[in-house]
Amino acid sequence: MITFIGKRFCYTFLALFLIVTVTFFLMKAIPGDPFTQEKALPPEILESLYAYYKLNDPWYVQYGNYLVSILHLDLGPSFAYKARTVNEIIASSFPVSALLGLEALVLSISMGITLGALAAFKQHRWQDCSAMLLAVMGISVPSFILAAFLQYFFAIKLDLLPVARWGTFQQTILPTLALSALPTAFIARLTRSSMLEVLACDYIKTARAKGLSYFSVLLHHTLRNSLLPVVSYLGSMVANILTGSFIIEKIFGIPGLGGWFINSVANRDYTMIMGLTVFYSMLLLFSVFLVDILYGWVDPRIRVSTK
Amino acid sequence: MSEEILAPEFFKPLERENAAADQLRRRPLSFWQDVWIRLRRNRIATCGLYLLITLFLFALVGPFLSSHSYHETNLVLKNHPPSLRFWFGTDDLGRDLFTRTCWGARISLFVGITAALVDMAIGVLWGGVAALLGGKADQLLMRVADILYAIPYLLVVIMLMVVVGTGLFPIIIALTLTGWISMARIVRGQLLQLKELEYIQAAIALGSGKARILRKHLLPNAMGPIIIAMTFTIPTAIFTEAFLSFLGLGVQAPMASWGTMASDGLSALRYYPWRLFFPACFISVTMLAFNLLGDGLRDALDPRLRK
Repeated sequence: MITFIGKRFCYTFLALFLIVTVTFFLMKAIPGDPFTQEKALPPEILESLYAYYKLNDPWYVQYGNYLVSILHLDLGPSFAYKARTVNEIIASSFPVSALLGLEALVLSISMGITLGALAAFKQHRWQDCSAMLLAVMGISVPSFILAAFLQYFFAIKLDLLPVARWGTFQQTILPTLALSALPTAFIARLTRSSMLEVLACDYIKTARAKGLSYFSVLLHHTLRNSLLPVVSYLGSMVANILTGSFIIEKIFGIPGLGGWFINSVANRDYTMIMGLTVFYSMLLLFSVFLVDILYGWVDPRIRVSTK
Repeated sequence: MSEEILAPEFFKPLERENAAADQLRRRPLSFWQDVWIRLRRNRIATCGLYLLITLFLFALVGPFLSSHSYHETNLVLKNHPPSLRFWFGTDDLGRDLFTRTCWGARISLFVGITAALVDMAIGVLWGGVAALLGGKADQLLMRVADILYAIPYLLVVIMLMVVVGTGLFPIIIALTLTGWISMARIVRGQLLQLKELEYIQAAIALGSGKARILRKHLLPNAMGPIIIAMTFTIPTAIFTEAFLSFLGLGVQAPMASWGTMASDGLSALRYYPWRLFFPACFISVTMLAFNLLGDGLRDALDPRLRK
């Protein structure tokens, strides 16, 4: 288990290092610098700005400084919002995204497993067909389109829920639904297929033959073993929810991190893009790392086979 | 006691009972014919296939059906609802949405298929080399793939688009940057499994060279999973293109893409819903068709599911 964790940690660290490096050099490769504007700044001001942001140093010194500051979790200033640092912006907007993401996470796990289990249990019956139809729709309809339609029908036409903004629980319902559709569908399909596989196993028959009730077999023997693929999907699910939230936050006017990311892309706020990319990557890699460990812990076959 | 002699008259040939048993009653089917028959028997997958054929026809023929071009503006007839003259209505610059949707179909299908083909080429090469060389080279190639796989894909794509610039080819490059990895893994896994099978050993014993074994035995047998992976890569690529275009990082005006059209339509959702409705429907239906076909192919190509 220790070697398994160590190995996963090495991958995570290397990947993160690669991202940080690529981000740095991509940002350096952009022609011009953050202070290139249509109306040129006076040379003295430009000079002092360069000195302030340490842009006069040779690239390897800048790169070294950048690595050191990232090790200190300092993502630097924002060039477009001069008074604020990237860290401050993350601190103020990340909780909003985290709440939205958690809601979507909980909803998709509970809904997905329920739908998948129902479908596997009533295989080839209408419950199965409708659950799988729903799932294939969830995979096929992009989140931004689902968001727009939810907004149009539930908020604009039927006037049941607020159109946008953030603050009350009612305002979180539509974005959560839009965000969790894809992972829900994925989990439902995963649960269904792995449950069907488990249900065909001999030990299920044995358990039934020994007189255990259908429900008890389902709960204790089938569900536990068929949730393994779902655990392995959790890592990429966190990635889906995080990146999916970029657009959902934009559509629903939610003051979260995704909205900032999109804005910084639109404003070409390079330090901000860089900082947020690094932050998102850390978050993602860390959660994938955790899921890997969890998976190795839950399923001993994994950690044996990757040794 | 007289000695018994085994005289020929003691032996009488039995009448052949099942003389016809060796005869083939049905025409022998090749693997792909069998797959095709099973795919045709799957009604949902056939629906997906027909939908895709219709979409291709729509993309190819559509622009010739309408008398408008995708970039022709007409400010007098802006935001015109769907009518006999403008089948899908017009947008805020009075451009015909039907023609634009056709062009969007061309772009989406082109991006999806090109990305899938490039993914396949790189993936087969990488995975194939890893599986055939084995040992240290395999370890090295797969560890590189592992580390690259950990990088959150959408973030890299967004970063790359910000730096390299927007357009069709940057999108394809960005899509294939990390897309080939899962293909390489699938190919490697398949080849490693196949390599151990008896008929490969037989081929080696009969003196076939490496190249012949790869061409004649390994690749054709690994084709199933490769094709399945491709059918699922295409909708992902189409979604990512739409997503990037939605964020303003994709295809630039006046060229039409479903993503940009949906993004434009979203801003006018309350008053001119058809501007979002048509591109949104087309994105969803295309992804749905590819997913249905992919599901059907996966079932049809799996010999274990054969009845």
